[in-house]
Amino acid sequence: MSSVAPDPRATQAPEKSWTVKVREAGVAALPPEKLLPDGQPTYVASWIYMFGVASIAALIVIITSGSILALKGPAWWHYTGIGHFFNSIHLWAVELFFFAMVVHLWGKFWMASWRGGRSRVWITGAVTFLVAIPCALTGYVSQQNFDAQWISTQAKDAMNSIGAGAFFNLTNFGQMYSYHVLLLPVAVVALVSAHVLLVRKHGVVPPFELEQRKAALATAAPSAGQDGSSASTDGGAQS
Amino acid sequence: MMGAVFNLNHPAHTVDWEFIHLSLANVVVIGLMLLVFVLAIVLPFPGAASRQAARGRGDAS
Repeated sequence: MSSVAPDPRATQAPEKSWTVKVREAGVAALPPEKLLPDGQPTYVASWIYMFGVASIAALIVIITSGSILALKGPAWWHYTGIGHFFNSIHLWAVELFFFAMVVHLWGKFWMASWRGGRSRVWITGAVTFLVAIPCALTGYVSQQNFDAQWISTQAKDAMNSIGAGAFFNLTNFGQMYSYHVLLLPVAVVALVSAHVLLVRKHGVVPPFELEQRKAALATAAPSAGQDGSSASTDGGAQS
Repeated sequence: MMGAVFNLNHPAHTVDWEFIHLSLANVVVIGLMLLVFVLAIVLPFPGAASRQAARGRGDAS
């Protein structure tokens, strides 16, 4: 009777390449059914849940109109009718973007949308709002007109007064234009992408279950229900 | 070329109260945001009632 020693290489799992590791980690963190779900929970059928996607719609218009303005240049947006039109589209899309984002922020703040392990969703949203502000303000100094010159000299004084003048020279058009059309938009889009992926991962935050909480308090013993500590405020699982 | 709907050839109108100093345009926008926020909460969403009813019956939503 003879026996063959097993090949030690055959018993070891093959080493995974970094692409396989990244793929497996990605699918584990965000399975396809979560990334692109069939539907949303019933409670999402409310106007207050519409302002996040309204912000994204405005952002798409901002990027599209801004790309056209960048392609055509200042003479086009100052001296032609169609240039004025796209300049206005760009401005009003920004106004709508901030309008929708503020209402979205209020809705999510009063909903305590960091509940249920959603702290990173809240943080990425808040940071997006903060980064979007200088992204918009650098647009005012990128207009290439007297208005931009006036704003840049006023803003330069503001930057100097807070000690940031060594880092941001508002009268340097090249620097401000680079911030406005490249660095800050890339940051905003990256943050919005992370925000949306985190929403997909954790699900849309449910509303407070006030009715169930009131019923639970009404049926509970008075001594046990006064503080409401037995009621969940997480809103339950996603349907 | 069509002129501006509003005459903008003057300093901005402002709302001043103690240390608060806001342009009228910004006050209008803040008011509109508050109005839209309240309306978004109180106005019914189209189809929300039927979705809730279907959920109550146990249908797939």
